[in-house]
Amino acid sequence: MPKNYAIVAKGLKKSYKKLEVLKGIDLRVEQGTILALLGPNGAGKTTTVKILSTLLAADDGQVTIHGYDLHKEPDGVRSVIGLTGQYAAVDEYLTGRENLEMMGRLYRLSQADAKRRSEELLQQFDLIDAAGRSVKTYSGGMRRRLDLAISLIAAPPIIFLDEPTTGLDPRSRIAMWEIIKQLVGAGATILLTTQYLDEADLLADKIAVIDGGKVIAEGTADELKQHVGNERLELTIAKGSNFQKAQKVVDGEALQVDSKRRLLSIAMTGGVKHLQEILNKLQAAGIEVDGLSLHKPTLDDVFLQLTGHQATKDDVAEEDKK
Amino acid sequence: MAEQTLQAGSIQPEKHSAAYWVFSDSWVLIKRSLTHIIKSLDQLLSVVLQPIMFMLLFRYVFGGAIDTGPTSYVNFLVAGILVQTAAFGATTTALGVANDMQRGIIDRFRSLPMLSSAVLTGHVVSDLVRNTISTIIMILVALAVGFSPNADPLEWLMVFGILLLFTFAISWLSAILGLLAKSVEAVQWFSFIAIFPLTFASSAFVPAETMHPVLRGFAENQPVTHTIEAIRALLVGTPIGNHGWIAIAWALGIIAITIPLATWLFRRHTTR
Repeated sequence: MPKNYAIVAKGLKKSYKKLEVLKGIDLRVEQGTILALLGPNGAGKTTTVKILSTLLAADDGQVTIHGYDLHKEPDGVRSVIGLTGQYAAVDEYLTGRENLEMMGRLYRLSQADAKRRSEELLQQFDLIDAAGRSVKTYSGGMRRRLDLAISLIAAPPIIFLDEPTTGLDPRSRIAMWEIIKQLVGAGATILLTTQYLDEADLLADKIAVIDGGKVIAEGTADELKQHVGNERLELTIAKGSNFQKAQKVVDGEALQVDSKRRLLSIAMTGGVKHLQEILNKLQAAGIEVDGLSLHKPTLDDVFLQLTGHQATKDDVAEEDKK
Repeated sequence: MAEQTLQAGSIQPEKHSAAYWVFSDSWVLIKRSLTHIIKSLDQLLSVVLQPIMFMLLFRYVFGGAIDTGPTSYVNFLVAGILVQTAAFGATTTALGVANDMQRGIIDRFRSLPMLSSAVLTGHVVSDLVRNTISTIIMILVALAVGFSPNADPLEWLMVFGILLLFTFAISWLSAILGLLAKSVEAVQWFSFIAIFPLTFASSAFVPAETMHPVLRGFAENQPVTHTIEAIRALLVGTPIGNHGWIAIAWALGIIAITIPLATWLFRRHTTR
């Protein structure tokens, strides 16, 4: 059965002066599904979204959105997309209601439709009490909700969400996830970018891991997790043993090395036999193991194995560089 | 109801001609900028208060020391203050444009199936409204401090016409400033530095004949002076000469260059 793709991008390239930001991105998003573009800061996620939403011209590549050619029919594309960027794109001086009605009119809805949709969305996003206040007085979470409501004013079949939960408190984050799930349940196709692995895991039907301007892996969360085996083994090396040496012994298998906590993480690909092998190798090298635990792999592990660096910056990543 | 609200593709846009949408988009954004005026009354206040203070300063503090021949100083002054107010008022376009450019909202406008350069039109047109309000206030203050114009209704109409044309030209010029500037603060400085010499090195407060010859050469031939002289002539009957035509020609010339340039800069800026 042929699949129906709402978004198809082939070989997207973009450079800023000499800096190559996108080095040939290929993406396909099936209608009515969520694709998460997962990657660290500077991977090219936002640039990709900007190109797909007509804000930025690509240097090379082809894009079709809802049947419209991005290059030839940008206004066609604009009529079927909703965009929520990283920063709430709302007018500070206007009220929530005025923002919605204005954007509705600019989406070319009739006056009556723009008004009706505004009220519905204010209700839906729990902004009805604040609807008559100027946006200046809104909290960060309220602005984000209004921003998303604005992108939905014309009920677009395709929605771009650029890091929709960055900077939100945990409660607002969960509320945003609920909304995203409802949207896709109501038939929308969503492309979202995130640097949060749990977010991609929870929401996305498919995940494209992007790093250095390239898609380095693509698949369902489960498929990606299979890259790192079914389970992840964490070993604590005893204080008396040489940590560097232990690291060498499991060379090539270590997913994550934390010398401070003397931790080695290893992807388990061969079951109990594999575990035995590792322990034997360490024993043969005269290295004592203090602790041992098994975990279900996270997308963090996937990322680490695919890119060789962690998705989110922390002490470990810093140490790895040294 | 919840389901329906979020249902993708559940609503259709209106069908109209392309020309209809140019006007519709522009009108929506003009309304937006007009709402800004109402919502930020402090800004309107500062646009009006400053020239009132200038008016009082020159009328009562410096005025006595300035010889303006047969025309009384207060009658001489009003045209200068009106044009200066219009010039400084028009720079709020630069602020509004820069504000939009630095914030995410421009990306929102650009991602909609609208005429995005209507954002500029919105700012420029709302400036005309703001300046009309401040002009009326200034004239009322002037009358209160002894201004005695002898203009007939037609001449008053021409005064407003020239002032609006002048404002329109400077607004488009400052839209360019707003597009080029890297920050909102830079815009404030930039526009002050651009407008200050144009309005003070003119015949706004003192007759240009009293200036140093080099400065006088500049003052007598720059557009602000022609605009002031034209308005002064219409208001209090000083000789108009060619000032009216030259002022209109300058304004039209600036508009003819700045509108396409601003639109081009806007496109370039946003498709970077």
